[in-house]
Amino acid sequence: MSRIAAKFAALQGQRRKALIPFITAGDPEPGLTLPLMHALVAGGADIIELGVPFSDPMADGPTIQRASERALSFGVSLHLVLGMVHEFRKRDATTPVVLMGYANPIEAYGHEAFVRDAQAAGVDGVLTVDYPPEECAGFADSLQQHGIDPIFLLAPTSGEKRFTDVAELGSGYLYYVSLKGVTGSAAIDLDEVARRIPLIREKVGMPVGVGFGIRDAASAARIARVADAVVIGSRIIEIIEQGPPQEAPARVAAFLREVRAAMDATNGETQG
Amino acid sequence: MTQNDYSLPDERGHFGRYGGIFVAETLLPALAGLAAAYEEARNDPAFRAEFEQELAHYVGRPSPIYHARRWSQVLGGAQIYLKREDLNHTGAHKINNGIGQALLARRMGKRRVIAETGAGMHGVATATVAARYGMECVVYMGSEDVKRQSANVYRMKVLGATVVPVESGSKTLKDALNEAMRDWVTNVENTFYIIGTVAGPHPYPMMVRDFQSVIGKECIAQMSALAGRQPDQVIACVGGGSNAMGIFYDYIPHENVRLVGVEAAGLGIETGKHAASLTAGRPGVLHGNRTYLLQDENGQIIETHSISAGLDYPGVGPEHAWLKDSGRAEYVTVTDEEALAAFHDLCRFEGIIPALESSHALAYAARTARGLPKDRILLVNLSGRGDKDLHTVAERAGIRF
Ligand SMILES: Cc1ncc(COP(=O)(O)O)c(C=O)c1O
Repeated sequence: MSRIAAKFAALQGQRRKALIPFITAGDPEPGLTLPLMHALVAGGADIIELGVPFSDPMADGPTIQRASERALSFGVSLHLVLGMVHEFRKRDATTPVVLMGYANPIEAYGHEAFVRDAQAAGVDGVLTVDYPPEECAGFADSLQQHGIDPIFLLAPTSGEKRFTDVAELGSGYLYYVSLKGVTGSAAIDLDEVARRIPLIREKVGMPVGVGFGIRDAASAARIARVADAVVIGSRIIEIIEQGPPQEAPARVAAFLREVRAAMDATNGETQG
Repeated sequence: MTQNDYSLPDERGHFGRYGGIFVAETLLPALAGLAAAYEEARNDPAFRAEFEQELAHYVGRPSPIYHARRWSQVLGGAQIYLKREDLNHTGAHKINNGIGQALLARRMGKRRVIAETGAGMHGVATATVAARYGMECVVYMGSEDVKRQSANVYRMKVLGATVVPVESGSKTLKDALNEAMRDWVTNVENTFYIIGTVAGPHPYPMMVRDFQSVIGKECIAQMSALAGRQPDQVIACVGGGSNAMGIFYDYIPHENVRLVGVEAAGLGIETGKHAASLTAGRPGVLHGNRTYLLQDENGQIIETHSISAGLDYPGVGPEHAWLKDSGRAEYVTVTDEEALAAFHDLCRFEGIIPALESSHALAYAARTARGLPKDRILLVNLSGRGDKDLHTVAERAGIRF
């Protein structure tokens, strides 16, 4: 069983939902990525989504764009990101790490070399924002063969065929993008999310994480009632930005603790 | 495959291994809707008739072909003919595509159009058609380009458009495209994104090519009438590649006609300061399609340089990538200096001020013409007029207005 599947199985046993924070590798500076990752775990993260910086993050709003630019100003490459995961694994053998990024750095690295090195570094999942299922069947296969879960996005506008595609090519969990727009956009439609999730979960047969637009403990708790996992990105980047960089791990851990507590307080109230 | 049954792209937008749809899930329904609407429109005689009417009476088509006799004589070799897209309304080929996409937007009931622009020519074309059809218009432009192209920014504003300076990344064309995509994914219900070149996710490369292919279609008829035959070479500059695809497309089955795309070598390919994606780039994924890109060894897109803002783009339309690999078209480069020399030549020998983009195609034609017999014919796409570039040219000469 993959680390991601094991994590979801364990959480289900505890009737808890997964908390999945996102940070960009190398932001606010490369030396803080490892302390931030460990702080996320200390604050209650179940899985870490680690952003691979890209020069042209077309699907991201201003907050994650800024994070990407800061990381790139230090020359953070996919190669370095894999090195960071490798270092992280020396102290943490259980928390799954999912790389999230764009296709071009992976293509430049080379598909084969990437899946081999990602496996060796201890990467558990890969979410490539601009690889819809039609364009990445071969890549998804080779990830699977190396024990890495290909994670896909679904949107409110996704059609029936997409459920089948994702069920076929994806594993681990799927990421339900709860609103149209880019990362960091405003409010989400909770009722719509609540209606869709049971249907999606049934069709694709894997846990469903919800992201885009989750800002605080209250909105995270509301999502935790209906989804299997709560993904928080832009808000965490903002917290990293607000204050001295050296104290960012402590600030982020404190924020996650609040979110964790609010999510766990909804224990047993699950609607989905 | 023979060039006679050329039928690319396939239904998911692939030109061989290039093209396709590389976008986040959130954009896919919008692209599918666009592809379906375009498919329906292009099979509707009423849509085609209206497009042709607009091209005739608003744009001023057909644009003439002009035999540059004096310049050809000075060069002492092949005869140079110019397809005069510079005479179109708004001064470049961009308007052909602007009209086509705006008509499609209206048909789809979208009241708001957005665009990205580099030099500002596509922004001006979009602002123009938005005024013509009574639509709201927002143009994204890198803040560096806003500074470099202030005259075009003001042109867009008098036409009623809102110009949004983009501060992210390199603050140039590629970043403007990213920002326009973000706007589109957020406002897709009422908004149509008018992409200005044969790039982006399917169906854009195909759709923009189709709208621009009027250029080559006219040339085939005009060259028969004017010279009694088709040219030996068709030459066009390549930024994103729309004026080149427009003039190449109907010539693809004419196997005796060489198709030559001219990329910007900037300060010289060896300096790294250029914009020659096909010549010096590697295949990768950017802006929704797979194509040749200028990128570093880590797959980050690198900044480009060209004296002409319209060629200053690190990618290129996927159909050109395919035409290059298949050998049907060849791609060459011209430096800033060579383009400037051709700019001045055309001004002085023919009384035509060409766009700096088009001057790249002219410079290659001049280089080639010299070594060829006088009965050879080179047809150059004069994609735009150079009024917008006088500032840049004057600055080079140390002149301030
Ligand atoms: C006059 C002119 N020619 C050429 C170009 C380059 O674009 P494309 O390669 O799409 O024709 C531009 C772009 O701004 C332009 O304004």
